[in-house]
Amino acid sequence: MLNAKIPAGPLNSKWEDYKGHCKLVNPANKRNLEIIVIGTGLAGASAAASLGELGYKVKAFCFQDSPRRAHSIAAQGGINAAKNYQNDGDSVYRLFYDTVKGGDYRAREANVHRLAEVSGNIIDQCVAQGVPFAREYGGLLSNRSFGGTQVQRTFYAAGQTGQQLLLGAYSALERQVALGNVTMYSRHEMLDIVKIDGKARGIIARNLITGQLERHFGHAVLICSGGYGNVFFLSTNAMGSNVTAAWKATKNGAYFANPCFTQIHPTCIPVSGDHQSKLTLMSESLRNDGRIWVPKKQNDTRKASDIPEEERDYYLERRYPAFGNLVPRDVASRAAKERCDAGYGVGTSKQAVFLDFAAAIERYGNIEANKRQMHGVSKEEIIKLGKEVVAEKYGNLFDMYAKITGENPYETPMRIYPAVHYTMGGLWVDYELQTTVPGLYSLGEANFSDHGANRLGASALMQGLADGYFVIPYTIGNYLADEIRVKAISLDHPAFADAESKVRDTIAKLMSIKGSKSVDHFHKKLGKIMWDKCGMARNEQGLKEAIEEIRALRAEFWKDVRIPGDENEFNPELEKAGRVADFLELGELMCQDALNRRESCGGHFREESQTDDGEAKRDDENFSYVAAWEYKGPSEYVLHKEDLVFEEVKPSQRSYK
Amino acid sequence: MEHYNMNLTLKVWRQKNRNDQGRFETLQAKNISSEMSFLEMFDVVNEDLINDGKEPIAFDHDCREGICGMCSMHINGRAHGPWDGTTTCQLHMRAFKDGDTITVEPWRAGAFPVVKDLTVDRSAFDRIIEAGGYISVNTGNAQDANCLPIDKHKADLAFAAAACIGCGACVAACKNSSAMLFVSAKVSQLALLPQGDPERKTRALNMVAQMDKEGFGSCTNTGACEAECPKEISLTNIARLNREFIGAGLTTEK
Repeated sequence: MLNAKIPAGPLNSKWEDYKGHCKLVNPANKRNLEIIVIGTGLAGASAAASLGELGYKVKAFCFQDSPRRAHSIAAQGGINAAKNYQNDGDSVYRLFYDTVKGGDYRAREANVHRLAEVSGNIIDQCVAQGVPFAREYGGLLSNRSFGGTQVQRTFYAAGQTGQQLLLGAYSALERQVALGNVTMYSRHEMLDIVKIDGKARGIIARNLITGQLERHFGHAVLICSGGYGNVFFLSTNAMGSNVTAAWKATKNGAYFANPCFTQIHPTCIPVSGDHQSKLTLMSESLRNDGRIWVPKKQNDTRKASDIPEEERDYYLERRYPAFGNLVPRDVASRAAKERCDAGYGVGTSKQAVFLDFAAAIERYGNIEANKRQMHGVSKEEIIKLGKEVVAEKYGNLFDMYAKITGENPYETPMRIYPAVHYTMGGLWVDYELQTTVPGLYSLGEANFSDHGANRLGASALMQGLADGYFVIPYTIGNYLADEIRVKAISLDHPAFADAESKVRDTIAKLMSIKGSKSVDHFHKKLGKIMWDKCGMARNEQGLKEAIEEIRALRAEFWKDVRIPGDENEFNPELEKAGRVADFLELGELMCQDALNRRESCGGHFREESQTDDGEAKRDDENFSYVAAWEYKGPSEYVLHKEDLVFEEVKPSQRSYK
Repeated sequence: MEHYNMNLTLKVWRQKNRNDQGRFETLQAKNISSEMSFLEMFDVVNEDLINDGKEPIAFDHDCREGICGMCSMHINGRAHGPWDGTTTCQLHMRAFKDGDTITVEPWRAGAFPVVKDLTVDRSAFDRIIEAGGYISVNTGNAQDANCLPIDKHKADLAFAAAACIGCGACVAACKNSSAMLFVSAKVSQLALLPQGDPERKTRALNMVAQMDKEGFGSCTNTGACEAECPKEISLTNIARLNREFIGAGLTTEK
């Protein structure tokens, strides 16, 4: 049984107690302690900056050309915080409760409560850094709603919240670089962990420009490398997003938890053809104002504007009157799939539903006319005013939609369909964010801890920054306090040499295959297997088939992949090959985890386990645990369980009706 | 939207590494759908090159949503191609027609050396931010966020400046390879907000000094940067930077 090291005592004082009793490192000793941070998204950048501020010697790594490019930048809608600025009944407890419920009771209570406790500090910190959040005319911060909640607690910066938060963390990071507390290694990819006497003591990284392998020592290593949604090939992740760092950690003894918990986001621009390289999200914030519908008639080929009101099925409002269009993501995605599978889909592919802003434009137009004391204005004038308001709220998203599809969403409803977006699973960590390898930590999307089986909108940014700004600075001290006598270990230590030669061999092997098919060929095939058999709906037979198919594909990859160029130069195909090789292993584990979890919960929908009206049916008696998998060898994983204990929230059938 | 397929001729800059002289290579792109993004067209071309046993074209890209700032192609003489306010990854092939010849080059600027083919080194931008593109506030020092009301108009202007994605198109578009639009966007964002006030003078002076040190050219107000900026960062930010810089130079005590 796994020990999560959750502090004793009542839920709402655990974190206070922990902070009051954890070990500290004095400033002089901090200067001698080195910390490696992998990834510079919200979690990595905020951790590297905060640890640098404390005086630790930090080395940060990212594969992009600058730390500012990490994919947190693309987060659109917002960040949650229990500020209760709207006086609408919000509190730390409510944010905690919504998150545990939204995660379908598969998250760890103590972590989620801590997340809710520090959520307010994040907003304060970001504002102090100059993050330009949206404001009201009185100069105070503005809020909006997101799915799975009934309060307005989401802070935002138009549809570019992730960008603004990341640039805040990035500027804090660059300040530490300037001060010499952080050394930044851009265009570097971590390719292995170095373990000495059972503890994480460094990494092997490849300089992506020169192809040189480098050894780096650290008293601790932080994996902040994001999620693994790209295992599906098509996802809303960036092209470079990958599981490699987390997977190398897994192969070095860190357990991988709940790999099958994948979030399929309901509102993305549908696939347009075989050439598609990625999918683009349309922020959940659009569901504040957009209404989702399909025609009431099957195979209706009329244009949206030709379908009269009474022939439209606003199926989310119909099925879930309490939350309507703002049900959580897993629920909204399944409902869209259900309508499309039943023949009500729209567009050429019939794999899409409408997201319609006509009602919102008219409503905002009327409000604006009233505000300006305009009376007896024409409908056109109202619509014009309304469009201006909508443009201010969502302009960049509408522009993006228009560029990609060639259609004007102010005039015709958007066509949307679910797509892979986020992965709740990840490296298993305890309350201190430490993996099962001492000295190896994981933060942000790369870990598994806070979102259970489904993440609520605007909670990823919150978790990444909570882990980096407010959790790790305390918990890492508790470990490093016992490491102050450990001098920097020589890079000539055999453990470094072994790890480096292992990495060198793998690269040489990849380069020597000289097969006939590109890396993308294999990646696309893997993605199709995953989407068809381990996607929005899963069943026993499909998962068993998928495992066989992935094994066969992996064998073919290692026999027939073609990587052009040289290993000692800038070689993007070689980078991709290494990442796809890891996805080919992870994909199998995801299917195995999905097969093991014979219940439906959150984003994991086993067709064998559903209620009479098609909702996910949990099996708390048998599956109220975190499934943490230990790597033992190719295709060989051992399951360890962390039982989930709910002291505060009573798990029940999740209802948004 | 009407879909169509097209055949194109590409003239692409190929350069093995920083020290290589580089040259244009002519390639054919066949059966390109009007629904593809410009980078998806490159994916198709690269797949063909790999299948023919040749080296694919190296280019920077990541989010493909127009926000990370990684993509950086100079297309037919324009940074990020023919559409206004658009990154290369968001440019779609509808912009072209059957039989077109498209010339694709990397960003051309002394401060952005070529890494390979269309990939350049923009680390100079990071170093400019290091020189002062931040507010010095350690984690944990902040007061309650709503203790500091900010005029909505100023907050909106700060946000518009903060929308910069650091792609470098402004430098590539400028005949002098000036980085003024990039620097002014960050200086403006922080100068417009009360949080940025304490370090206002040193920020303007230090960031401009670093910009000069990196070898970017001078600004002669031609406005090419604004015209090519995918995020439509306004030229008025440069005017603000000039005010900040001159004001700081005249009043600073150091």
